[in-house]
Amino acid sequence: MSAVTDAVQIAAPTNPVGQSIRDSLVVAKRNLIRMSRIPEMVIFGLIQPIMFVVLFSYVFGGSMQIGGSTSPTDYRNFLMAGIFAQTVTFATAGAGAGIADDMHKGLIDRFRSLPMARGAVLTGRTLADLVQTALTLLVLAMVALLVGWRVGSNGDTNAGKVLGAFGLLLLSGYAFTWIGALIGLSVRTPEAATSGGLIWLFPVTFISNAFVDSSNMTPWLRHIADWNPFSATVQASRELFGNPGVSQSDAWPMQHSVLASLIYSVLIILLFRTLAVRKYRSATA
Amino acid sequence: MPGAIYAEGLVKTFGDVRALDGVDLDVPEGTVLGLLGPNGAGKTTAVRCLTTLLRPDSGKAIVAGVDVLKHPDAVRRRVGLSGQFAAVDEYLTGRENLQMVGQLYQMKSKAAKTRADELLEQFNLTDAADRTAKTYSGGMRRRLDLAAALVVSPPVMFMDEPTTGLDPRNRQQLWEVIKQLVSGGTTLLLTTQYLEEADHLAHDICVVDHGRVIARGTADQLKAQTGGERVEVVVHEREHIETASEVLRGFGKGETTVEEHTRKLTVPVTGGAKLLAEVIRELDARGIEIDDIGLRRPTLDDVFISLTGHAAEEKEEGNGAADNKGSKADKDSKGRKRKQEDTK
Repeated sequence: MSAVTDAVQIAAPTNPVGQSIRDSLVVAKRNLIRMSRIPEMVIFGLIQPIMFVVLFSYVFGGSMQIGGSTSPTDYRNFLMAGIFAQTVTFATAGAGAGIADDMHKGLIDRFRSLPMARGAVLTGRTLADLVQTALTLLVLAMVALLVGWRVGSNGDTNAGKVLGAFGLLLLSGYAFTWIGALIGLSVRTPEAATSGGLIWLFPVTFISNAFVDSSNMTPWLRHIADWNPFSATVQASRELFGNPGVSQSDAWPMQHSVLASLIYSVLIILLFRTLAVRKYRSATA
Repeated sequence: MPGAIYAEGLVKTFGDVRALDGVDLDVPEGTVLGLLGPNGAGKTTAVRCLTTLLRPDSGKAIVAGVDVLKHPDAVRRRVGLSGQFAAVDEYLTGRENLQMVGQLYQMKSKAAKTRADELLEQFNLTDAADRTAKTYSGGMRRRLDLAAALVVSPPVMFMDEPTTGLDPRNRQQLWEVIKQLVSGGTTLLLTTQYLEEADHLAHDICVVDHGRVIARGTADQLKAQTGGERVEVVVHEREHIETASEVLRGFGKGETTVEEHTRKLTVPVTGGAKLLAEVIRELDARGIEIDDIGLRRPTLDDVFISLTGHAAEEKEEGNGAADNKGSKADKDSKGRKRKQEDTK
């Protein structure tokens, strides 16, 4: 063993924003390397939405009525915005489990003892999840095309609108990973974070316009569905894709779905990022 | 002037439990302090408070000349922490782990890379540098964890039970690494349950129990405080215990203790080897056959038992940073029982 080298110079940060971005990217890179070395996680993450596409299209497709039409093709075109939106929100569980695992293994202690930006561990994780979500969406869109999904099937669309829809979906998924981050910091084990990160997503994604036409729900349930932040993203994507079954509800988020989806996502990020970073500062394994 | 690690009246409570109940520490620059105590004594809580991971309820702490409560980030730039569980990312290679930590210490990525290579070499991990940490043995992981704590060659180091769970060979190896580090001028606070480890590595020892420092001094001072040397005899025949006890009483400077089932008699003495020879002659003259005899100096284990009434490695329920009251009561009664047995 060689002698210990001279102490490496470490100066106080002169640019806190720059440091925060840099630290977040270092942590994001670390999480992406991890993901690439656990490919089975990425693959399982893909199987579930693909299964949903196939099951919903073929099992429910024949019995669903969308905008007065019972054609399975219309249902398929209706369904995809819902499945895409559900898929991006399920990234919540991955973020939560990852952060809970880091807590459990003492890595959060290691990070907290380093002179790094306070939010960077969580931002890095959510950014890595965003990359994974984007890949999942890409694969899912190809499967959707294979089962007959077409943009512009029942309305106007163009490349810009389609990209805009995917942008909104990713932003919404990113917002949900911050909820996952807070869950991951609050539970004791990665297993609890996985189930705790998923259970509440079922009512959120099902009491919505994702899989059925919400106008057929009983009034009180329909109000919840119309104001559900998740519904706004589904409605916005459906409109931008030019797919059938766009809700005619008077509720403000349904009338201004693109704006509503943006506002909801930004509010969720602001709220849950603040809570999660505060929790991180006092986190103990 | 306060030392490189200084604490005054540190208190930290978790609910009803006072994990730290007024801890004072002062570690002069370039020395090693061993924080010795059983599970749940408050050792880890103390380390967490001093490394900015936990905020104490009250008290004062200065590490590397910086107030821990006022400038936590400045403290983080000056300390290295090696935890109880080797905190490395098991899906990253050794090299990637060290580079990441270097970058998070705000080193440029090229500098972090160079430093990682140096550390891998220093800790004998060069051959395993590009394997994921998952494939490392327990000892290698500890070395990698320690290397990560040393990325910026911090002037002050904290190690929380660095050798817990390591086999004797790996423990020896890690001790060598730690000694080298300290000879380079690093100030170190080390927590351990192993009295042998504190004896081996630490200049000064603080014994903690129930969140308080119950004794402090060098290993020799603590041993002297417990009492001097003793003669221990193991007789071959149970019938000889009584006679042997009589003989020892003649030489002893205190009460003779007898353990019936092991046929072992112990008596405090002064006079060293010369006295031991006399004891042997006397026992021989009385026709007492002995299996073992020796002059024993107190170990830190003896120190610990005499100070706390229980052994250091006695495990408690809820291996956390704090005891609950139940286990405390339980332990006290165990301690008393042990004393009764000893004096029977």
